[in-house]
Amino acid sequence: MKLARFVLLGALCSAAALAQTAPPVAAPAAPPSGGIDVTVSDDSDWQDLGIAIPSFATDADVPTQTSAGSTSALGFSLASVITADLKNNGLFKPVGPADLPRPGFGEVQSPSYDTWRSRSAEMLVQGYVRAAGDGQVTVGCYLYDVALGQQLGKAGWTVAPGDWRRAAHKCADMVYARLSGENPFFDSRIAYIAETGPKDRRMKRLAIMDSDGANHRYLTTGQATALTPRYSPDYKSILYLSYFNGQPRIYIYNLDTNRQDLLLASKNPLFAPRWSPDGKWVLYSMAAAGNTDIYKIPSGGGTAVKLTDSPGIDIGGSFSPDGSKIVFESDRSGSQQVYVMNADGSDQHRISFFGGRSATPEWSPRGDQIAFTHIAGNLRIGVMSPGGGEMRYLTDSWQDEAPTWAPNGRIIQFFRTARTSGKTGVWQVDLTGRNERKLETPVDGSDPAWGPLRP
Amino acid sequence: MNQPLFRNLALIATSAVALAACAPKAPKVLPPDPGNAVSTNTTGGTLEGPAPGSQADFVAQMMGQDSIYFDTDKYNIDSQDQAALAAQAQWLAKYPAKRATVEGHCDERGTREYNLALGERRANAAKNYLVGMGIDASRISTVSYGKERPVALGSDEGSWSKNRRAVTVTID
Repeated sequence: MKLARFVLLGALCSAAALAQTAPPVAAPAAPPSGGIDVTVSDDSDWQDLGIAIPSFATDADVPTQTSAGSTSALGFSLASVITADLKNNGLFKPVGPADLPRPGFGEVQSPSYDTWRSRSAEMLVQGYVRAAGDGQVTVGCYLYDVALGQQLGKAGWTVAPGDWRRAAHKCADMVYARLSGENPFFDSRIAYIAETGPKDRRMKRLAIMDSDGANHRYLTTGQATALTPRYSPDYKSILYLSYFNGQPRIYIYNLDTNRQDLLLASKNPLFAPRWSPDGKWVLYSMAAAGNTDIYKIPSGGGTAVKLTDSPGIDIGGSFSPDGSKIVFESDRSGSQQVYVMNADGSDQHRISFFGGRSATPEWSPRGDQIAFTHIAGNLRIGVMSPGGGEMRYLTDSWQDEAPTWAPNGRIIQFFRTARTSGKTGVWQVDLTGRNERKLETPVDGSDPAWGPLRP
Repeated sequence: MNQPLFRNLALIATSAVALAACAPKAPKVLPPDPGNAVSTNTTGGTLEGPAPGSQADFVAQMMGQDSIYFDTDKYNIDSQDQAALAAQAQWLAKYPAKRATVEGHCDERGTREYNLALGERRANAAKNYLVGMGIDASRISTVSYGKERPVALGSDEGSWSKNRRAVTVTID
């Protein structure tokens, strides 16, 4: 669905912005439709593809209002961002613009295949930058198979100066989707908690950044502890927990107005806010006399519905992509375990039977897996099927917790806490468990929440 | 590492409890060195002790019994906790105008959100016991900090057992 929209957008923009000499964009392979047959591509040949990503060309080197400088400098920066996207996630081994010749504007749509063959490039990403009206910039992006001497895909976008990195992410998304057959994910954002200070007096601030860590911004000052953010599906607001009034309550931060309001007034503590995939509902957990249960309330305001009613802690929750089911955490059996219920609270049943404790379940956006924290001494990130089968660990460290899915359901972020120092960091791992890396954040980070692909 | 020292401290604390039982006016800490004392009004306590009915007085009187401790994932009140809560209730009964907050905490070896709920459950267990001892429920509020505010900073069982706690704080 998201992929279809993206391709359509690309096609529309290229129709407006690009000379139509090339054959139409071939539609990428249809994404799996949320089936349970999906297997992990553990030894994909495309991961070893040699991809050359030279500087994007420009027809005229003129100043832009972007942070990257003139159109020529911007062309270099665009290629660098695309290279970093494809390289840092362990997906490909691209060679970036610093190590490559700079193609001219005329070569963008007719690459010098012989030149690239002599450099052993198998794939080639070329593009151009042009200053558009009103300070905007137009970016074209082309993917070529060097061996075949053939264009595999193209797309173009006209973006505001502050959004130039989005054009690069969209280009990386096109390349990734075209070569892997997976859904794109680079053009997305992450909300998380930025942490500073000693272990017993950690300052915890709400912060946001692009999927590659750029455009970082703190949203709260740190005077009140902030925890567990969740981006709304339309990126317009963030739900999170704050001790702003001394008690844990759920606030909704409006990113357009920078204003925040209580989700609902309550004399009881509120935890664990979650959006439904369509943004129409909010799940929250409320403690009353020590007993915590899960509720849902229309995001625009209305009457709350109590979904669980067990003597114990029912907390968290994550909707299936179609919104029909909710996976959540409960200690009704004596320890934290993962349960599934219908979205109206009916048919609650346990799905985790692995020994130890199972916590913080998050349903994959493609529906085929549930990521969670497994606690048996150490805390580790694992995945299981929605039925509770095929449990696999993805990480093996002292303390990893709170997984969040990339928009395409192929990568998981979580936070890792160091023993003794208590220092935290946002990490990510792919579904093979092999490509694990720490995200660079200005200070320590926890509670990452990955938003959907941006439209 | 400082095990012998710790034992000595514990011994001192125990004798202090015994002393306190016999002579309630006994100073809780040594008075300031006469040569350096410029003020007798320090928070550390003087021969007079903190103002009766204040949070400082509560802390001084409780001798550590302002906190109760829990086993991993548990929130039940054991006999040691009962003794501590009885002492708290006695103090609260003596100052009926005082209100208090019970802060619930967890060790670091659990997930963040669950620990928020578990801390709340622990704080409520302590509150319920105080109410059972005759303290008006409206005088006691609760707040959970989950694993966000440890007092012991190590990553070992000794530290974790100190962090799984409910702390009663009276409101001045």
